[in-house]
Amino acid sequence: MTEKEPNNNSNDFEKKQNNKTVRKLLLVVIAMFGFGFALVPLYDVFCDITGLNGKTNTTAVDYEANGVDKSRLVKVQFITRNAKGIPWKFEPVLNEISVHPGEMKVVSFYAKNNGPQDIIGQAVPSVSPGLAANYFHKIECFCFTQQPLKASEDVEMALQFYVDLDLPKDINTLTLSYTLYDITEKSS
Amino acid sequence: MTTDVIEQDSHDEHHDSEHDHKMTGIKRWLYTTNHKDIGTLYLWFAFIMFLTGGALAMVIRAELFQPGLQLVEPDFFNQLTTVHGLIMVFGAIMPAFTGFANWMLPMMVGAPDMALPRMNNWSFWILPFAFAILLGSFFMESGAPNFGWTFYAPLSTTYSNGSTAFFVFAVHIMGISSIMGAINIVVTIMNMRAPGMTYMKMPLFVWTFFITAYLLIAVMPVLAGVVTMLLTDTYFGTSFFDAAGGGDPVMFQHIFWFFGHPEVYIMILPAFGIVSTIIPAFSRKKLFGYSSMVYATSSIALLSFIVWAHHMFTTGMPLFGELFFMYCTMLIAVPTGVKVFNWVATMWRGSLTFETPMLFSIAFVILFTIGGFSGLMLAMTPVDFQYHDTYFVVAHFHYVLVTGSLFSIYAGAYFWLPKWTGNMYNDSLSKWHFWCSLISVNLLFFPMHFLGLAGMPRRIPDYALQFADFNKWVSIGGFAFGLSQLIFLAVVIKCIRGGEKAPAKPWDGAIGLEWTVASPAPYHTFSTPPPQADIDNADQHEH
Repeated sequence: MTEKEPNNNSNDFEKKQNNKTVRKLLLVVIAMFGFGFALVPLYDVFCDITGLNGKTNTTAVDYEANGVDKSRLVKVQFITRNAKGIPWKFEPVLNEISVHPGEMKVVSFYAKNNGPQDIIGQAVPSVSPGLAANYFHKIECFCFTQQPLKASEDVEMALQFYVDLDLPKDINTLTLSYTLYDITEKSS
Repeated sequence: MTTDVIEQDSHDEHHDSEHDHKMTGIKRWLYTTNHKDIGTLYLWFAFIMFLTGGALAMVIRAELFQPGLQLVEPDFFNQLTTVHGLIMVFGAIMPAFTGFANWMLPMMVGAPDMALPRMNNWSFWILPFAFAILLGSFFMESGAPNFGWTFYAPLSTTYSNGSTAFFVFAVHIMGISSIMGAINIVVTIMNMRAPGMTYMKMPLFVWTFFITAYLLIAVMPVLAGVVTMLLTDTYFGTSFFDAAGGGDPVMFQHIFWFFGHPEVYIMILPAFGIVSTIIPAFSRKKLFGYSSMVYATSSIALLSFIVWAHHMFTTGMPLFGELFFMYCTMLIAVPTGVKVFNWVATMWRGSLTFETPMLFSIAFVILFTIGGFSGLMLAMTPVDFQYHDTYFVVAHFHYVLVTGSLFSIYAGAYFWLPKWTGNMYNDSLSKWHFWCSLISVNLLFFPMHFLGLAGMPRRIPDYALQFADFNKWVSIGGFAFGLSQLIFLAVVIKCIRGGEKAPAKPWDGAIGLEWTVASPAPYHTFSTPPPQADIDNADQHEH
């Protein structure tokens, strides 16, 4: 059922004009749908560059500090927490240590699978304050890899790190938090 | 001039009935491509949804009438707040504005219909399905969505009660409907304006819908994207928002609010357009500062894209981010202030009368400004840490959405009811509606400010004893406000059935092309474009 229009000449022209505008607007719609998804990598890149959001490096870096700043002591605290549904005991061996910027340290974390099943765990780190994340360098970390544990197996996992010499002066305490997830299903 | 148009239009109507153009019964409404029919459908649908969402709110207020758990389980309470929010935003306010757009835009720009009439039919008729899915989930074992209308991950993914799929599909359909509606509005305004109506001669009403439609086209696809990510996270093992798989739950909030903040302007800019039409009419003056209104609306729309993180001050943003979003948000107060100033300046030294549309418009200006002020308070990062997720936020967005958007919808409905139905509404009943609404809405929402400042969190079914008194008053205000809306239903039904016959232009101060056609507006209007003189008369510029 088409509407009756009295002036058919201008009607054709109008239709063409309308279709043109519709096509342009549909392009915007598709572009914006894509933009929604593009925000995902953009977000990661943005956080990487600025060090926002407390995300630390996800692959190992080399130790490349120029000496050690003995005049400063920075407190590094460790927190662990289990995500819902993973029956592991997971805790830092040391709750906190003091380091000089530029000084390399190794600390360890203890994990034990208290459940009856074999589980693959993945620890996800986060640093607070978020802006310090770019100044906290991990040379070796158990969070870079997945950690499988058989039922009632336990393990001590190492974290090797140093704090950057350029750590802003107003930051004296860093808190490194690990959340442990059960990724058995996802990795199988 | 005016009578010529009327004669010609009534001739058109005659012409239609001869060819049995209008179908009868349900088919007329199912198959219609007429912008007025579709506008009517949108408006009725919005009102039914408004009553549905309102009924949910009544249960919420009944539960909160006194401390303790009386009527509903906490999980069901969460479903109520979630679905109340979704229905009011996507089912009531937005379709009501689309209804106004359908009814009024073609008449205001002197076009015979919307540019894409069949798509128009389609964009309305998919809406009932969206809300059937959403409301239907109440009757399923898992229950309706219970994660808040903002559906933050992981509440809506890992911890979902199983309603996520239905929720996502409902939102997809609403989004498609909105996008089609918005495309139709843009195409109509760009291509269908009567010859001689330049952009800067369009009524401000048309401008606000034009800008709103652009906002919709820009952000509804982002909403579609984010709910799709939610769907795949919940059911297909992706990890967009799951830290275990390398995702980030905070990113959900960024993407959601990138849609969400322009969305709140989608719900208020058309209100600005309606009020800017009504206040000049009953002040018997031209709108003060038409051009500045156009620029202010555009600036609000542009700024709305760079303020989203003010919803997220407490997520642990760096200081620079907090300051940036705080200042950008406060900047929006400038164009908004321009608008409020212009409305007041329009009334200044006008010869004012206080018909019901004007009463709702004046209430809008005052109460929306209160909502704007509480918004400014929330924009300040340091104090937001106290207000965040409290009833202060609830008070704020209800002031802007209920006494803002909804009041403007009422103002517009009363203003154009004579044009839509051909009859004048019952004046004293409409005044009852206004005064009952005005008093009860303030009793309902004003004490919420105090509750929030005292620390009552939002979305809770039970509360500490010290909040009991205020909550009792709020609930009484809520019930009174809910009942008052039934008066409006009565007014509309009475007005459709009969009443004093309305002339083509029932308001002596009104300008605009819609008043040059008969009341009720003939089924087809402006099959031939209006004469230049009428377009010049409709110009809102001061001369």
